Amino acid sequence: MITYSFLQHYWWFIMSTLGGLLVFLLFVQGGQSMLFSLSKNEDEKKLLINTLGRKWEYTFTTLVTFGAAFFAAFPLFYSTSFSGAYWVWMLILFCFVLQAVSYEFQSKPGNIFGPTTYRAFLFINGMLGTFLLGVAVATFFTGSEFTVNKGNITGMGSLGLVISQWQSPWMGLEALANFRNWCLGLAVLFLARTLASLYFVNRLNHKTLENRSRKFVLYNGIPFILFFLIFLIWTLVSDGFAVDPDTEVISMSKNKYFNNFLDMPVVSIFFLLGVVGVLFGIFATVFNPNFKKGIVFAGTGTVLTVMMLLLVAGFNNTAYYPSTIDLQSSLTLQSSSSSEFTLQVLSVVSLLLPVVVGYIIYAWRALEKKKLGLDDLKSDGHSY
Amino acid sequence: MDLLLNSAMVNWSRAQFAMTAGYHWLFVPLTLGLAIIMSIMESIYVKTGDESWKRATKFWQKIFGINFAIGVATGIILEFQFGTNWSNYSWFVGDIFGAPLVIEGIVAFFLEATFISIMFFGWNRVSKKAHLTATWLTTIGATLSAYWILVANAWMQYPIGMEFNPDTVRNEMTDFWALVSSSVAINKFFHAVLSGWGVAASFVVGISAWYLIKKRHIDFALKSIKMGAVFGFISFVLLAVTGDGSAYQVSQKQPMKLAAMEGLYKGQAGAGLIAVGVLNPKKESFDDDVNPYIFKITIPKLLSYLGYRDLNAFVPGIKDIIYGGYKLQDGTTALSFAEKKERGQKAVEALVNYKAAKEDGRISDVEVFEKELRDNYAYFGYSYLENPEDNIPNVHITFYSFHVMVIIGMYFILLFLVIWIYGRKKKLHSSRWLLYVGLWSIPFAYLAGQLGWIVAEVGRQPWTIQDVLPVKAAVSNLGTGHVLTTFILFAVMFTALLVAEVTIMVKQIKKGPEEIHNDDITKTVESKSKEK
Repeated sequence: MITYSFLQHYWWFIMSTLGGLLVFLLFVQGGQSMLFSLSKNEDEKKLLINTLGRKWEYTFTTLVTFGAAFFAAFPLFYSTSFSGAYWVWMLILFCFVLQAVSYEFQSKPGNIFGPTTYRAFLFINGMLGTFLLGVAVATFFTGSEFTVNKGNITGMGSLGLVISQWQSPWMGLEALANFRNWCLGLAVLFLARTLASLYFVNRLNHKTLENRSRKFVLYNGIPFILFFLIFLIWTLVSDGFAVDPDTEVISMSKNKYFNNFLDMPVVSIFFLLGVVGVLFGIFATVFNPNFKKGIVFAGTGTVLTVMMLLLVAGFNNTAYYPSTIDLQSSLTLQSSSSSEFTLQVLSVVSLLLPVVVGYIIYAWRALEKKKLGLDDLKSDGHSY
Repeated sequence: MDLLLNSAMVNWSRAQFAMTAGYHWLFVPLTLGLAIIMSIMESIYVKTGDESWKRATKFWQKIFGINFAIGVATGIILEFQFGTNWSNYSWFVGDIFGAPLVIEGIVAFFLEATFISIMFFGWNRVSKKAHLTATWLTTIGATLSAYWILVANAWMQYPIGMEFNPDTVRNEMTDFWALVSSSVAINKFFHAVLSGWGVAASFVVGISAWYLIKKRHIDFALKSIKMGAVFGFISFVLLAVTGDGSAYQVSQKQPMKLAAMEGLYKGQAGAGLIAVGVLNPKKESFDDDVNPYIFKITIPKLLSYLGYRDLNAFVPGIKDIIYGGYKLQDGTTALSFAEKKERGQKAVEALVNYKAAKEDGRISDVEVFEKELRDNYAYFGYSYLENPEDNIPNVHITFYSFHVMVIIGMYFILLFLVIWIYGRKKKLHSSRWLLYVGLWSIPFAYLAGQLGWIVAEVGRQPWTIQDVLPVKAAVSNLGTGHVLTTFILFAVMFTALLVAEVTIMVKQIKKGPEEIHNDDITKTVESKSKEK
């Protein structure tokens, strides 16, 4: 039976899937953050830019769809988080705007700011974009300072017309005062760099860069594991935000996220599989100089791990976007979702997703039949 | 009603959104139109094997690529700004408005973003036919993307397929089909996409004219200018048709916008359409007796006909809409602003009472207040307006934008027709004056596109959702300083990127299409010999 609750959970599953895919595709950003350190000359830089530049639209499109899906399926999150954590989201957007033009503009004659400027933009997007996305997602577990009162729109309340009110004058930047948020931010940054290194090992027809990338897998993989473990353990032992399914009253619950893993064994199994996939991808690449499939294992592992982490944030009667100053304002799947009819419509549309995945796989394989070397940049008809 | 909102913050949020939309529509029209042109060129290449068409395709593809990047960059900001700067809006209508945006992402944007890679990098990696398919799929993706965005925009101007839910305090979708097949959405889609085609046609014609003036890349330029002229002529003729459709719909759904477009203060039966006019700056109020025009040339009865398909129909002016009392098309009498405001206030009070009754468990009261709310909900947004003037858009901006846009549209129909005729008579080479006119007409096509959106968006003020939610009730609670800072950052960034984009395009154009390699020439000669 497809109930309203089922649809709300189904759409949170879709959001989690998109989130997992987005974090995997952040390997593009990770690679950008290593433009200046991984390459030693112009040819190498050009090759890295062209390898990543053929994939930037996927990350960008996934981010746009992720945002739009939140708007359509969970509009109260869209209105509360984006308006409240204004500066975090704005900085993320600035980073991505700079990225969108930089690939195309950096090598074109007449780019008045010079290629180094655009490459610096790519670097900024790679560092700041990934870190801030990690920080923003961390607040799903650590909470933010906001209130929600739908009655405000009648203008009868004391706070004026606006339904979602952010209480911190820092408009989202206060999230940087929480070390746990930093940990996930840094974990995402180093994960993106690790995935990029694995991607280079797999895709580049350039021995020097391949060997250097293997070392970068280790240099970035270790801090990733460290920060991710700190965030994970801290989250598992912390109190979480539980929702009473009958009364919809929100309360603090001891070890809520740890209990969510215990209550949802399937999620736990896939989470562990994901973690193992990422670790295998990293260590097999580091210790076996002939192993090049690390990105397949780590990529799949990343999608699974992030998906399961987001499911733990929203499933099992959990408030996925908690308010630390007014518990009852915390957003839950029930309180923040679109209507049943809209979710039904969106669910029908979501059946097209396998078709989308299908043609993405076709296009990806069509362009990746052979590895990319410097010679291909001249023969492919278009290069960055 | 004490709104406790800072009007400077509302205005800066508006300015930020308007600026982003304005920049976005500088880049998107060219990509929408160029996509079609380069797809047609590549189809000819695949059909004939003529390498010069491939060369032409690749040249316009380069221009497309430069525009595409900056178009998507400004587009993402627009989408997220609904959340960042218009949070009340996002909750109040997100149940309906968000759907077309996510559908755009799933069915259109992914299509475009996926196949654009093959289009750019696949020339030597996939077969000719597979490449052509990728180019067309990129074009279809871009056009579908525009459709879903325009469905969303049209819904703001003509909200249908929804119902207000007092429990969730938001509007909820009840009929998805009504949303996507709305006559306003369909017409808006064709009008906006055709305007993109018109911009691209003027661009292709102008740049090709420049090559002909400079006597460079003659074969390429002649091919492009002829195709551009035909494409442009058809686009602008169809733009006139869809423009007529827009005017008709505006008169039915947004009569205040129509009145502002024509500077019409006092309604009349058999109203004429102003062909050319100058507004009187001394007219300060809708209610004074000052003549609104200094000068005007009117085409008799045409406004009545365009608006209502009846030469003698009554077209209400601004004053009529404020004071009401005239007969509507359905035979009822139009309400005045004061009456609408009163009913809007009743709706808001009923909502407050409904919530209180529900909380207290007063079931019979709940039903009474819900009925009162539904009876008056059509005017909910008027409760936020203070004075009649709040309900009137900026007449000067709307009037001049509309008329200049129409004049430019007519000009382009004539220009493309002349270039088409000269092209058929093989006289383009010798007609340098016409080539110069073609070149210097490019900015006017962009101007017309911008003016079209100004008419659509300024003309519908004060509403974000027609009659339901005015701009000042739709915003987020941000400090003015925050919004002003991001406005400045966006302004600097967009302007810098625009300058960079223009200089890159100029360089690419000066460089011209790539010369045909010797082996390509051999292949072409061989294929032509085989045909013979």
